[in-house]
Amino acid sequence: MSENIAAMEAEFNRRIAAGETIEPNDWMPEKYRSQLKRLISQHAHSEIIGMLPEGNWITRAPSLRRKLALLAKVQDEAGHGHYLYSSAETLGISREEMFDQLHSGKAKYSSIFNYPTLSWADMGMIGWLVDGAAIINQTTMAKCSYGPYSRALLRICKEENFHKKQGMEIIATLIASGDTGKAMVQESFTRFWWPTLMMFGPHDTNSPNSPDMMKWKIKLKGNDELRQRFIDMTVEQAQKWGLSIPDQQLAFNEATRSWEIGEIDWNEFTAVINGNGPCNQERMETRRSAHDNGKWVRDAAHAYEEKHRSKITTAA
Amino acid sequence: MSKTNSLPEPNDQWNLWEVFIQESDNEPHRHAGSIRGADAENALQNARDVFARRGKTKSIWIVQSDHIVATTTGDSASFFDPTSDKVYRHPHFYKHTLDDELWKK
Ligand SMILES: [Fe+2]
Ligand SMILES: [Fe+2]
Repeated sequence: MSENIAAMEAEFNRRIAAGETIEPNDWMPEKYRSQLKRLISQHAHSEIIGMLPEGNWITRAPSLRRKLALLAKVQDEAGHGHYLYSSAETLGISREEMFDQLHSGKAKYSSIFNYPTLSWADMGMIGWLVDGAAIINQTTMAKCSYGPYSRALLRICKEENFHKKQGMEIIATLIASGDTGKAMVQESFTRFWWPTLMMFGPHDTNSPNSPDMMKWKIKLKGNDELRQRFIDMTVEQAQKWGLSIPDQQLAFNEATRSWEIGEIDWNEFTAVINGNGPCNQERMETRRSAHDNGKWVRDAAHAYEEKHRSKITTAA
Repeated sequence: MSKTNSLPEPNDQWNLWEVFIQESDNEPHRHAGSIRGADAENALQNARDVFARRGKTKSIWIVQSDHIVATTTGDSASFFDPTSDKVYRHPHFYKHTLDDELWKK
Protein backbone atom coordinates (compact mmCIF):
# COMPACT_ATOMS: atom_id res chain seq x y z
CA MET A 1 0.00 0.00 0.00
CA SER A 2 2.60 2.56 1.11
CA GLU A 3 4.84 1.21 -1.65
CA ASN A 4 2.04 1.98 -4.05
CA ILE A 5 1.79 5.55 -2.80
CA ALA A 6 5.54 5.97 -3.08
CA ALA A 7 5.35 4.86 -6.71
CA MET A 8 2.49 7.23 -7.43
CA GLU A 9 4.33 10.05 -5.76
CA ALA A 10 7.43 9.33 -7.82
CA GLU A 11 5.38 9.41 -11.00
CA PHE A 12 3.72 12.64 -9.84
CA ASN A 13 7.11 14.26 -9.20
CA ARG A 14 8.33 13.08 -12.59
CA ARG A 15 5.35 14.73 -14.30
CA ILE A 16 5.87 17.98 -12.39
CA ALA A 17 9.56 18.01 -13.29
CA ALA A 18 8.70 17.34 -16.95
CA GLY A 19 6.48 20.43 -16.93
CA GLU A 20 3.18 18.56 -17.34
CA THR A 21 0.04 20.03 -15.83
CA ILE A 22 -1.89 18.15 -13.16
CA GLU A 23 -5.62 17.79 -13.85
CA PRO A 24 -8.52 17.31 -11.36
CA ASN A 25 -8.83 13.54 -11.73
CA ASP A 26 -5.10 12.83 -11.56
CA TRP A 27 -3.59 11.32 -8.46
CA MET A 28 -1.90 13.98 -6.30
CA PRO A 29 -0.32 14.01 -2.85
CA GLU A 30 -2.78 15.10 -0.15
CA LYS A 31 -0.57 18.01 0.76
CA TYR A 32 -0.48 19.26 -2.83
CA ARG A 33 -4.28 19.19 -2.85
CA SER A 34 -4.66 20.94 0.51
CA GLN A 35 -2.07 23.62 -0.31
CA LEU A 36 -3.86 24.37 -3.57
CA LYS A 37 -7.27 24.50 -1.90
CA ARG A 38 -5.91 27.03 0.58
CA LEU A 39 -4.07 29.09 -2.02
CA ILE A 40 -6.80 29.22 -4.66
CA SER A 41 -9.64 29.89 -2.21
CA GLN A 42 -7.62 32.68 -0.57
CA HIS A 43 -7.02 34.16 -3.99
CA ALA A 44 -10.76 33.92 -4.79
CA HIS A 45 -11.67 35.60 -1.48
CA SER A 46 -9.22 38.40 -2.27
CA GLU A 47 -10.97 39.09 -5.58
CA ILE A 48 -14.36 39.21 -3.87
CA ILE A 49 -13.33 41.30 -0.83
CA GLY A 50 -11.24 43.39 -3.26
CA MET A 51 -14.46 44.70 -4.79
CA LEU A 52 -15.40 46.51 -1.57
CA PRO A 53 -12.78 49.29 -1.32
CA GLU A 54 -13.54 50.31 -4.91
CA GLY A 55 -17.27 49.74 -4.66
CA ASN A 56 -17.13 52.47 -2.06
CA TRP A 57 -16.43 55.05 -4.82
CA ILE A 58 -18.70 53.95 -7.67
CA THR A 59 -21.53 56.32 -6.73
CA ARG A 60 -19.06 59.17 -6.20
CA ALA A 61 -16.96 58.83 -9.36
CA PRO A 62 -16.22 62.31 -10.75
CA SER A 63 -17.59 61.63 -14.26
CA LEU A 64 -19.67 59.14 -16.17
CA ARG A 65 -16.54 57.90 -17.97
CA ARG A 66 -14.82 57.15 -14.67
CA LYS A 67 -17.95 55.56 -13.28
CA LEU A 68 -18.31 53.19 -16.25
CA ALA A 69 -14.65 52.20 -16.02
CA LEU A 70 -14.77 51.58 -12.28
CA LEU A 71 -17.99 49.62 -12.52
CA ALA A 72 -16.55 47.45 -15.30
CA LYS A 73 -13.39 46.83 -13.28
CA VAL A 74 -15.30 45.82 -10.17
CA GLN A 75 -17.45 43.47 -12.28
CA ASP A 76 -14.27 41.93 -13.69
CA GLU A 77 -13.09 41.23 -10.14
CA ALA A 78 -16.36 39.40 -9.43
CA GLY A 79 -15.65 37.29 -12.51
CA HIS A 80 -12.10 36.59 -11.29
CA GLY A 81 -13.51 35.41 -7.98
CA HIS A 82 -15.83 33.13 -9.89
CA TYR A 83 -13.07 31.61 -12.10
CA LEU A 84 -11.03 30.91 -8.98
CA TYR A 85 -13.83 29.41 -6.90
CA SER A 86 -14.56 27.13 -9.87
CA SER A 87 -10.99 25.96 -10.10
CA ALA A 88 -10.79 25.35 -6.33
CA GLU A 89 -14.01 23.32 -6.59
CA THR A 90 -12.28 20.88 -8.95
CA LEU A 91 -10.13 19.87 -5.95
CA GLY A 92 -13.20 18.63 -4.07
CA ILE A 93 -14.15 21.59 -1.90
CA SER A 94 -17.59 23.12 -2.37
CA ARG A 95 -18.22 26.80 -2.86
CA GLU A 96 -20.40 26.82 0.25
CA GLU A 97 -17.56 25.48 2.32
CA MET A 98 -15.25 28.20 1.01
CA PHE A 99 -17.86 30.88 1.72
CA ASP A 100 -18.25 29.49 5.24
CA GLN A 101 -14.50 29.71 5.75
CA LEU A 102 -14.53 33.32 4.57
CA HIS A 103 -17.58 34.42 6.53
CA SER A 104 -16.47 32.74 9.74
CA GLY A 105 -13.12 34.52 9.54
CA LYS A 106 -11.23 31.25 9.21
CA ALA A 107 -9.96 31.98 5.70
CA LYS A 108 -7.48 34.70 4.88
CA TYR A 109 -7.47 37.13 1.98
CA SER A 110 -5.01 39.73 0.74
CA SER A 111 -4.11 42.17 3.53
CA ILE A 112 -4.28 45.18 1.19
CA PHE A 113 -8.08 45.20 1.11
CA ASN A 114 -8.27 45.96 4.82
CA TYR A 115 -7.08 49.51 4.20
CA PRO A 116 -9.64 52.27 3.67
CA THR A 117 -10.21 54.21 0.44
CA LEU A 118 -10.37 57.79 1.66
CA SER A 119 -10.04 59.86 -1.51
CA TRP A 120 -10.73 59.55 -5.23
CA ALA A 121 -6.97 59.30 -5.79
CA ASP A 122 -7.14 55.93 -4.04
CA MET A 123 -9.02 54.56 -7.07
CA GLY A 124 -6.05 55.47 -9.24
CA MET A 125 -3.65 54.10 -6.63
CA ILE A 126 -5.42 50.73 -6.44
CA GLY A 127 -5.33 50.31 -10.22
CA TRP A 128 -1.70 51.38 -10.52
CA LEU A 129 -0.19 49.77 -7.41
CA VAL A 130 -2.53 47.00 -6.25
CA ASP A 131 -3.50 45.67 -9.67
CA GLY A 132 0.09 46.29 -10.77
CA ALA A 133 1.36 44.06 -7.95
CA ALA A 134 -1.34 41.49 -8.65
CA ILE A 135 -0.28 41.36 -12.33
CA ILE A 136 3.30 40.51 -11.35
CA ASN A 137 2.09 37.75 -9.03
CA GLN A 138 -0.51 36.34 -11.38
CA THR A 139 1.54 36.27 -14.59
CA THR A 140 4.13 34.22 -12.70
CA MET A 141 1.52 31.94 -11.12
CA ALA A 142 -0.12 31.35 -14.50
CA LYS A 143 2.70 28.90 -15.25
CA CYS A 144 1.91 26.81 -12.17
CA SER A 145 1.45 23.05 -12.31
CA TYR A 146 -2.30 22.79 -11.60
CA GLY A 147 -4.19 23.01 -14.91
CA PRO A 148 -7.49 24.61 -13.77
CA TYR A 149 -5.70 27.27 -11.71
CA SER A 150 -3.24 28.04 -14.47
CA ARG A 151 -6.06 28.43 -17.04
CA ALA A 152 -8.09 30.66 -14.70
CA LEU A 153 -5.03 32.86 -14.20
CA LEU A 154 -4.40 33.19 -17.94
CA ARG A 155 -7.94 34.47 -18.34
CA ILE A 156 -7.52 36.85 -15.40
CA CYS A 157 -4.22 38.23 -16.69
CA LYS A 158 -5.87 39.23 -19.98
CA GLU A 159 -8.26 41.48 -18.05
CA GLU A 160 -5.85 43.02 -15.57
CA ASN A 161 -4.07 45.42 -17.94
CA PHE A 162 -7.23 47.45 -18.30
CA HIS A 163 -7.42 47.71 -14.50
CA LYS A 164 -3.91 49.05 -14.23
CA LYS A 165 -4.24 51.45 -17.15
CA GLN A 166 -7.47 53.02 -15.96
CA GLY A 167 -5.78 53.58 -12.58
CA MET A 168 -2.74 55.22 -14.16
CA GLU A 169 -5.03 57.45 -16.21
CA ILE A 170 -6.76 58.65 -13.01
CA ILE A 171 -3.39 59.48 -11.45
CA ALA A 172 -2.02 61.24 -14.53
CA THR A 173 -5.20 63.31 -14.81
CA LEU A 174 -5.09 64.35 -11.15
CA ILE A 175 -1.41 65.31 -11.38
CA ALA A 176 -2.02 67.34 -14.54
CA SER A 177 -4.90 69.16 -12.87
CA GLY A 178 -2.58 71.18 -10.61
CA ASP A 179 -1.27 71.35 -7.07
CA THR A 180 -4.44 70.18 -5.33
CA GLY A 181 -4.72 67.10 -7.53
CA LYS A 182 -1.04 66.30 -7.16
CA ALA A 183 -1.22 66.65 -3.39
CA MET A 184 -4.17 64.26 -3.36
CA VAL A 185 -2.12 61.71 -5.33
CA GLN A 186 0.89 62.11 -3.05
CA GLU A 187 -1.20 61.64 0.09
CA SER A 188 -2.74 58.49 -1.34
CA PHE A 189 0.62 57.15 -2.57
CA THR A 190 2.13 57.64 0.89
CA ARG A 191 -0.65 55.56 2.45
CA PHE A 192 -0.58 52.76 -0.14
CA TRP A 193 3.15 52.30 -0.79
CA TRP A 194 4.06 50.09 2.18
CA PRO A 195 0.82 48.05 2.31
CA THR A 196 1.31 47.27 -1.40
CA LEU A 197 4.82 45.95 -0.76
CA MET A 198 3.36 43.71 1.96
CA MET A 199 1.04 42.13 -0.64
CA PHE A 200 3.94 39.95 -1.79
CA GLY A 201 3.99 38.25 1.60
CA PRO A 202 6.73 37.65 4.19
CA HIS A 203 10.41 37.25 3.33
CA ASP A 204 11.07 33.81 1.85
CA THR A 205 13.10 32.93 4.93
CA ASN A 206 9.90 33.39 7.01
CA SER A 207 7.55 31.64 4.62
CA PRO A 208 7.13 28.10 5.97
CA ASN A 209 5.19 26.64 3.03
CA SER A 210 7.53 27.88 0.33
CA PRO A 211 9.92 24.94 -0.20
CA ASP A 212 7.13 22.40 -0.87
CA MET A 213 5.25 24.82 -3.02
CA MET A 214 8.32 25.56 -5.10
CA LYS A 215 9.11 21.86 -5.51
CA TRP A 216 5.59 21.20 -6.78
CA LYS A 217 5.55 24.30 -8.96
CA ILE A 218 2.55 25.68 -7.14
CA LYS A 219 4.75 28.68 -6.63
CA LEU A 220 7.39 29.60 -9.20
CA LYS A 221 9.21 32.59 -7.77
CA GLY A 222 9.99 33.69 -4.23
CA ASN A 223 8.11 36.54 -2.54
CA ASP A 224 11.24 38.69 -2.34
CA GLU A 225 12.11 38.33 -6.02
CA LEU A 226 8.60 39.32 -7.12
CA ARG A 227 8.50 42.22 -4.66
CA GLN A 228 11.83 43.46 -6.01
CA ARG A 229 10.56 43.31 -9.57
CA PHE A 230 7.60 45.45 -8.53
CA ILE A 231 9.78 47.96 -6.67
CA ASP A 232 12.16 48.47 -9.58
CA MET A 233 9.30 49.05 -11.98
CA THR A 234 7.27 51.29 -9.69
CA VAL A 235 10.01 53.53 -8.30
CA GLU A 236 10.80 54.67 -11.82
CA GLN A 237 7.16 55.37 -12.61
CA ALA A 238 6.72 57.32 -9.36
CA GLN A 239 9.78 59.40 -10.14
CA LYS A 240 8.47 60.25 -13.61
CA TRP A 241 5.33 61.59 -11.98
CA GLY A 242 7.41 63.53 -9.46
CA LEU A 243 6.05 61.63 -6.46
CA SER A 244 8.18 61.20 -3.38
CA ILE A 245 8.51 57.70 -1.99
CA PRO A 246 7.90 57.45 1.77
CA ASP A 247 11.13 55.60 2.55
CA GLN A 248 14.22 57.42 3.90
CA GLN A 249 16.41 54.40 3.22
CA LEU A 250 15.46 53.90 -0.41
CA ALA A 251 18.68 53.75 -2.45
CA PHE A 252 19.78 52.57 -5.87
CA ASN A 253 22.32 49.78 -5.79
CA GLU A 254 24.63 50.30 -8.78
CA ALA A 255 25.99 46.76 -8.61
CA THR A 256 22.63 44.96 -8.76
CA ARG A 257 20.98 47.77 -10.77
CA SER A 258 18.01 47.71 -8.45
CA TRP A 259 16.33 49.75 -5.71
CA GLU A 260 16.83 48.76 -2.09
CA ILE A 261 14.13 49.64 0.40
CA GLY A 262 14.06 50.05 4.16
CA GLU A 263 12.60 47.30 6.35
CA ILE A 264 8.90 46.53 5.99
CA ASP A 265 6.84 46.86 9.18
CA TRP A 266 6.07 43.18 9.66
CA ASN A 267 4.15 43.84 12.87
CA GLU A 268 1.65 45.82 10.86
CA PHE A 269 1.45 43.03 8.28
CA THR A 270 0.81 40.38 10.95
CA ALA A 271 -1.80 42.53 12.66
CA VAL A 272 -3.73 43.16 9.43
CA ILE A 273 -3.55 39.51 8.32
CA ASN A 274 -4.85 38.43 11.72
CA GLY A 275 -7.93 40.62 11.57
CA ASN A 276 -6.72 43.82 13.21
CA GLY A 277 -6.28 46.13 10.22
CA PRO A 278 -8.24 49.37 9.90
CA CYS A 279 -11.13 47.82 7.93
CA ASN A 280 -11.13 44.05 8.59
CA GLN A 281 -14.32 44.11 10.58
CA GLU A 282 -16.18 46.37 8.19
CA ARG A 283 -15.16 44.25 5.17
CA MET A 284 -16.37 41.06 6.81
CA GLU A 285 -19.67 42.61 7.89
CA THR A 286 -20.31 43.99 4.39
CA ARG A 287 -19.46 40.64 2.83
CA ARG A 288 -21.67 38.66 5.20
CA SER A 289 -24.65 40.94 4.77
CA ALA A 290 -24.24 40.86 0.96
CA HIS A 291 -24.37 37.07 1.14
CA ASP A 292 -27.40 37.05 3.46
CA ASN A 293 -29.25 39.68 1.46
CA GLY A 294 -28.67 37.69 -1.73
CA LYS A 295 -30.25 34.55 -0.30
CA TRP A 296 -33.72 35.27 -1.61
CA VAL A 297 -32.31 35.59 -5.15
CA ARG A 298 -30.59 32.20 -4.93
CA ASP A 299 -33.72 30.65 -3.45
CA ALA A 300 -36.02 32.21 -6.05
CA ALA A 301 -33.90 30.90 -8.93
CA HIS A 302 -33.95 27.44 -7.35
CA ALA A 303 -37.72 27.54 -6.90
CA TYR A 304 -38.24 28.72 -10.48
CA GLU A 305 -36.10 25.90 -11.83
CA GLU A 306 -37.92 23.32 -9.68
CA LYS A 307 -41.34 24.56 -10.73
CA HIS A 308 -40.25 24.39 -14.36
CA ARG A 309 -38.94 20.87 -13.97
CA SER A 310 -42.10 19.61 -12.29
CA LYS A 311 -44.19 21.14 -15.11
CA ILE A 312 -42.15 19.24 -17.68
CA THR A 313 -42.54 15.97 -15.74
CA THR A 314 -46.29 16.37 -15.31
CA ALA A 315 -46.72 17.24 -18.99
CA ALA A 316 -44.89 14.09 -20.10
CA MET B 1 -12.87 7.06 -18.70
CA SER B 2 -14.57 9.05 -16.01
CA LYS B 3 -16.71 12.05 -15.24
CA THR B 4 -14.62 15.24 -15.13
CA ASN B 5 -16.19 16.58 -11.99
CA SER B 6 -16.81 14.60 -8.87
CA LEU B 7 -18.10 17.46 -6.78
CA PRO B 8 -20.00 17.43 -3.54
CA GLU B 9 -23.76 17.89 -4.10
CA PRO B 10 -24.46 21.60 -4.49
CA ASN B 11 -26.90 22.78 -1.85
CA ASP B 12 -27.36 26.52 -1.67
CA GLN B 13 -25.44 26.81 -4.93
CA TRP B 14 -26.94 26.47 -8.38
CA ASN B 15 -26.15 23.73 -10.89
CA LEU B 16 -22.71 23.55 -12.44
CA TRP B 17 -22.29 23.97 -16.23
CA GLU B 18 -19.33 23.94 -18.61
CA VAL B 19 -19.10 26.87 -21.01
CA PHE B 20 -17.86 26.69 -24.60
CA ILE B 21 -17.27 29.92 -26.52
CA GLN B 22 -17.00 30.40 -30.28
CA GLU B 23 -15.22 33.63 -31.12
CA SER B 24 -15.78 33.77 -34.88
CA ASP B 25 -17.48 31.88 -37.73
CA ASN B 26 -14.52 29.75 -38.72
CA GLU B 27 -13.47 28.71 -35.24
CA PRO B 28 -14.73 25.81 -33.16
CA HIS B 29 -16.31 26.29 -29.74
CA ARG B 30 -13.61 26.17 -27.10
CA HIS B 31 -13.91 25.43 -23.41
CA ALA B 32 -13.82 28.71 -21.47
CA GLY B 33 -14.60 27.58 -17.92
CA SER B 34 -17.55 26.72 -15.75
CA ILE B 35 -20.53 28.63 -14.46
CA ARG B 36 -23.33 28.25 -11.94
CA GLY B 37 -26.93 28.52 -13.06
CA ALA B 38 -30.24 27.33 -11.63
CA ASP B 39 -31.48 26.33 -15.09
CA ALA B 40 -30.15 26.46 -18.66
CA GLU B 41 -31.45 29.94 -19.39
CA ASN B 42 -30.02 31.35 -16.19
CA ALA B 43 -26.68 29.59 -16.83
CA LEU B 44 -26.49 30.99 -20.39
CA GLN B 45 -27.05 34.51 -19.11
CA ASN B 46 -24.44 34.09 -16.39
CA ALA B 47 -21.99 32.64 -18.94
CA ARG B 48 -22.52 35.71 -21.11
CA ASP B 49 -21.99 38.06 -18.17
CA VAL B 50 -18.77 36.38 -17.09
CA PHE B 51 -17.12 35.01 -20.24
CA ALA B 52 -18.35 37.33 -23.02
CA ARG B 53 -17.63 40.72 -21.51
CA ARG B 54 -15.55 42.19 -24.32
CA GLY B 55 -17.15 41.45 -27.68
CA LYS B 56 -15.54 38.73 -29.81
CA THR B 57 -18.22 36.17 -29.05
CA LYS B 58 -20.18 34.51 -31.82
CA SER B 59 -21.96 31.84 -29.83
CA ILE B 60 -22.03 30.08 -26.47
CA TRP B 61 -22.73 26.44 -25.70
CA ILE B 62 -23.33 25.23 -22.18
CA VAL B 63 -23.64 21.67 -20.93
CA GLN B 64 -24.21 20.40 -17.41
CA SER B 65 -20.83 19.45 -16.01
CA ASP B 66 -21.85 15.97 -14.91
CA HIS B 67 -22.76 15.13 -18.52
CA ILE B 68 -19.15 15.44 -19.61
CA VAL B 69 -17.21 12.21 -19.98
CA ALA B 70 -13.45 12.41 -20.41
CA THR B 71 -10.29 10.36 -20.62
CA THR B 72 -7.99 10.44 -17.63
CA THR B 73 -4.30 11.21 -17.64
CA GLY B 74 -3.49 7.75 -16.30
CA ASP B 75 -5.34 5.99 -19.14
CA SER B 76 -4.32 8.27 -21.91
CA ALA B 77 -1.05 6.56 -22.85
CA SER B 78 -2.74 3.23 -23.65
CA PHE B 79 -5.92 4.88 -24.91
CA PHE B 80 -4.17 6.93 -27.58
CA ASP B 81 -1.41 4.40 -28.21
CA PRO B 82 -2.96 2.71 -31.30
CA THR B 83 -2.32 5.81 -33.39
CA SER B 84 1.33 6.24 -32.49
CA ASP B 85 2.62 3.62 -34.97
CA LYS B 86 0.45 4.67 -37.92
CA VAL B 87 2.87 6.94 -39.67
CA TYR B 88 1.15 6.20 -42.98
CA ARG B 89 -1.64 8.53 -41.84
CA HIS B 90 0.70 11.49 -42.31
CA PRO B 91 1.74 13.09 -45.62
CA HIS B 92 5.45 12.99 -44.78
CA PHE B 93 5.29 9.15 -44.96
CA TYR B 94 5.00 9.45 -48.76
CA LYS B 95 8.29 10.16 -50.45
CA HIS B 96 7.88 10.00 -54.19
CA THR B 97 7.08 13.15 -56.07
CA LEU B 98 7.42 14.30 -59.66
CA ASP B 99 11.12 14.89 -59.12
CA ASP B 100 11.86 11.34 -58.12
CA GLU B 101 13.30 8.84 -60.53
CA LEU B 102 10.77 6.22 -59.50
CA TRP B 103 7.99 7.03 -61.96
CA LYS B 104 10.38 7.03 -64.93
CA LYS B 105 11.42 3.44 -64.48
FE1 LIG C 1 -8.64 40.54 -10.26
FE1 LIG D 1 -7.84 43.66 -11.10
